[in-house]
Amino acid sequence: MPLASTTTLALYLLLLLPILSSATLEEEFHEELLVKPLPDRKVLAHFHFLTEAPVADDSFARHHHLFPKSISQLVKKFHIKAMELSFTQGRWNYERWGGLDPISSQNAKPPGVELWAVFDVPQHQVDASWKNLTHSLSGLFCASINFLESSSSYSAPKWASQSALGSLRYGTLPREAVCTENLTPWLKLLPCRDKAGLSALMDRPSVYRSFYHSQRLHLTASTAPADGLDSGIILEQTLTVVLQPNIQKAGLSFPDEFKIQPSWSLSSIFGRKVNGRCVLAKSSNVYLHVERDLVAQLEKLQKNTDAYADNDGGTDVLRGNLGFEISIKPDRVHRELEKSSSILYEYSIKEYNDTEQFDLGLTWKYPVVWSCPLAPLYASRFLIGSGNERGSIAISLKSTELTKGFVVANNVEEKYGKPQSVTDFVERMSVSPSEDKVSTGMMELILRFPCDIKSAILNIEFDKGFLHIDEYPPDANQGFDIPSAIISFPDFHAGLQFSDDSISKSPVMSKLQEKSPVLLYTEVLLVPLTTPDFSMPYNVITITCTVFALYFGSLLNVLQRRVAEEERLLKANKAPFHRQVLNKLYSRFRGGSSESTQPKQQSSSFITPTLIIKIIFVAGFAVVCQFYLK
Amino acid sequence: MSTKTEATVKMNKVQWFWTWVIGSVILRLILVYFPQNLNLSSRPEVSTPLTSIRRLAEGYWLKQSSMSPYAGSMYHGSPLLLTLLGPLTVTKIEGQPDHLLCSLVFVMADVVTAMLICAAGKKLQVAYGSSLESVGLHQLSEDSDILPSGDFAALVYLWNPFTIVACVGLSTSVIENLMIVLTLYGACARVAPLAAFGWVIATHLSLYPAILIIPVVLLFGYGPDAPPRKLFRQRKNLELDDSTSSDRNCLEDESVNEKRMLKVFSWRPVVLLLFWVLLWSSYVLILCGIYVQQHGGLQEMFKRSYGFILTIQDLSPNIGVFWYFFAEVFDFFRSFFLIVFHGNILLLIVPLAIRLNHRPCFLAFVYIVLSSILKSYPSVGDSALYLGLLGLFAYELKDMQYSFFLFSGFVGVSLFSPVMHNLWIWRGTGNANFYFATAIGYALLQIILVIESVSTMLNHDRMLTKLSTAKLQNVKS
Repeated sequence: MPLASTTTLALYLLLLLPILSSATLEEEFHEELLVKPLPDRKVLAHFHFLTEAPVADDSFARHHHLFPKSISQLVKKFHIKAMELSFTQGRWNYERWGGLDPISSQNAKPPGVELWAVFDVPQHQVDASWKNLTHSLSGLFCASINFLESSSSYSAPKWASQSALGSLRYGTLPREAVCTENLTPWLKLLPCRDKAGLSALMDRPSVYRSFYHSQRLHLTASTAPADGLDSGIILEQTLTVVLQPNIQKAGLSFPDEFKIQPSWSLSSIFGRKVNGRCVLAKSSNVYLHVERDLVAQLEKLQKNTDAYADNDGGTDVLRGNLGFEISIKPDRVHRELEKSSSILYEYSIKEYNDTEQFDLGLTWKYPVVWSCPLAPLYASRFLIGSGNERGSIAISLKSTELTKGFVVANNVEEKYGKPQSVTDFVERMSVSPSEDKVSTGMMELILRFPCDIKSAILNIEFDKGFLHIDEYPPDANQGFDIPSAIISFPDFHAGLQFSDDSISKSPVMSKLQEKSPVLLYTEVLLVPLTTPDFSMPYNVITITCTVFALYFGSLLNVLQRRVAEEERLLKANKAPFHRQVLNKLYSRFRGGSSESTQPKQQSSSFITPTLIIKIIFVAGFAVVCQFYLK
Repeated sequence: MSTKTEATVKMNKVQWFWTWVIGSVILRLILVYFPQNLNLSSRPEVSTPLTSIRRLAEGYWLKQSSMSPYAGSMYHGSPLLLTLLGPLTVTKIEGQPDHLLCSLVFVMADVVTAMLICAAGKKLQVAYGSSLESVGLHQLSEDSDILPSGDFAALVYLWNPFTIVACVGLSTSVIENLMIVLTLYGACARVAPLAAFGWVIATHLSLYPAILIIPVVLLFGYGPDAPPRKLFRQRKNLELDDSTSSDRNCLEDESVNEKRMLKVFSWRPVVLLLFWVLLWSSYVLILCGIYVQQHGGLQEMFKRSYGFILTIQDLSPNIGVFWYFFAEVFDFFRSFFLIVFHGNILLLIVPLAIRLNHRPCFLAFVYIVLSSILKSYPSVGDSALYLGLLGLFAYELKDMQYSFFLFSGFVGVSLFSPVMHNLWIWRGTGNANFYFATAIGYALLQIILVIESVSTMLNHDRMLTKLSTAKLQNVKS
């Protein structure tokens, strides 16, 4: 008996264990904001929210504390391994805002909606999962993502991610207009929504007034139990905004005022201040990122002034900064490992509340000119050719400053295209030709350029197709959008290395330190297509049918007209009609069958055995018909 | 002396014929040397999705990069054409135009087509002359000797601007035309393997020549075109009457001759032809099967070539009317109209075969015109073929009505259609209806041509009947 009780206890323990273990791993939420001055007098604000949830096997119907239930259901239902959805308005300016740093290579997205997902299902179910996912997301985010369902609007790139071969699907909707109706459901996924914490800064007018804004939702789910700690869903939500601060009159006036950067504060660019943290967040920090080149310029400036004023201030540019002044003293300062490296100021907003609001401000004192780290190549894409019969897409790649041999994976998508050019630099090429109305064409090229290359142009010729009137979009004469080409540089990695290891827990910091490949998106192209006359269907149907009726009728008329009929009738009028008909019948029969019959017998004995057989045959046929028709 | 002058006239004629043939070849070569082939290879009138050489080159490229040639929706032709012409599209000779080798093949194909038309015309003429003689209307056949219809048709084919444009524009319809003419020639010369080969390849290339099996079988069964069969019967009856009354012996040979001329349907050559058809088609299928083995097999090939022809998936403009019709028609009517339009070809096959069974060559001509009107992707290459064949019946059709109207119509449409296309596609000032109107005009012209030629041919037969009966009555009385 006691033995039995212990066994039952053990069983219970076993049953409880997974639940207990999952309960011990808590759901976490982090909120962070990274602010960065940009060289062209603009400010980049990058909101970063991270929600983690551990996954238990029975958590389908489980209640989450922080993690949005809709997302966890999505992951469960469609077996998503990884997914990224971005809504973007505006175009990232790679020349001015940089292309090599982690922020730009992760958050610069093509205009409209971009969605990719990796599924953990067998190959043949991937397409079905994708279609269901697009519909779910469409409902979740109030966007027309469901248009990505049709097979002509998504593709399966081969080399984009080596790990998820075959289970990756990628689609974009370049024309999708992004507005608050997309932002609100996105904010709903946050535990504090936009009521408290950093998300309270998101004043809709100022966000949508921006030069570029991109809201992104990145999901990583690892359900494999072998992963141990990593098993769980990580939901990463970012909002990247490039804003133009209002030029404040306060401050020193310089003779060359146009060169000085506008000073700004959070309240001046967003119109709001941070009232305190979201209480559910594990960490809520604000970072100010000063770029490498800017730091170098400032140091140079300081050296000059040091030499000029003969001050003995240290080379510490962190606080006694000459170039600009920060309104609040940072809690921590991180420097990159290398010399003359970027600096990250960290502010914790834990102690701020309604009475003492957080408002980070930056006031420039001297005009500074710097530039962002650029991607190895600057890419632009444009259309060549006139007329609506054919055209070609050209992708021009210009070298920026780096002179190292490298590999470019180029991912071109087009709708009605056919590729033709092959250059000498192509290492590998994979083409999946487009099929009219069924699938998009996709061309993936791996190019290896020599070091001294200045520029290269890829030219892809295509024929323009003609569609059925129902297949044209509502405003057909506007044209069709060709989604951005993606250019990635696998040999280059965007990542910053900060010395302090203790802060690596912070999600934004770890994101900045992560070695991610450099990605570049080209412009979206608008290709005008010829349209038929949309008001014509009835006319076309009637006219064409008339022509064919004319053809059929008159040809049949010509074939069955008999001019000589009257003549023959006149000639045969002497004989009685039935005799004449019989004669004709007889001669008809005789003509084919028996030529040996004597013509003399024609009038006298026309009832031959063959005729009798034929009559019997016809009669039999009639009887059979009669029988079957009954 | 008269024979001598006749011989010199004949020599002159032969010389004259060859100068014109060589002239047409030179003209083609000059046009080939123009840069970019005068952009003819991308004109909608010349290259349809089925006949475009650019699409063929694309299919060849796909095949070379170990993909299915039918991947994407570029190539819809035959794999055999790909093996023959594909390598020629990529081989380039230094300092010569890009597609020089291809062009040379096409020019040669054109010349061979013309020669075959010429030979077939000669065979037809000889047969027709003898059959006219046998019904006692030999004075008609002597009249027709003024114009050797074979030479005339060959020159019409070679100098037709449509043919030249199709040849220089590298439209594969030139090869299809060659195969169709080969079929007709083989049938006229009663060479079963040749006719079967031509028919199988032509059907394989573009499906529509399949209906030519009826005229070819009739040609093998009854022999070449002849006046209506009942004239022979009448005449035979009369002669037998005569022979019973008058001297029997002297007419014995002639009656045997008459029997031969009576045109009984002979099954032996037809069975031979069908056997060869079976042989060639299985051969072609095996070759294609080997070629597309790794890319979905024959089923995929049929889906991509014949399926593409029958379902009219490509709606890019051409000189036919179907592209606009199926771009505009409501989706739920689409299959209905597909059936109706394709049925239109089949519906009139039997009536025509019944009415014109004594003239199988002319029947073949009518079928070719019909299929080029009702084709899903017509090009000027198809019109080039039937306009050339029209020359074969120049004598019979000399009383055709509206011939001047038809001629000016063809000239007008071929001038207007490119203008309208340019206005719509390149300048953006016109719209699709303008171009469609010229397409409708072109279809109407073709319809008038076929109706008029059929009715003229039937009238010609009536005239022959009338003449022959009148003669018989004269003899009787």
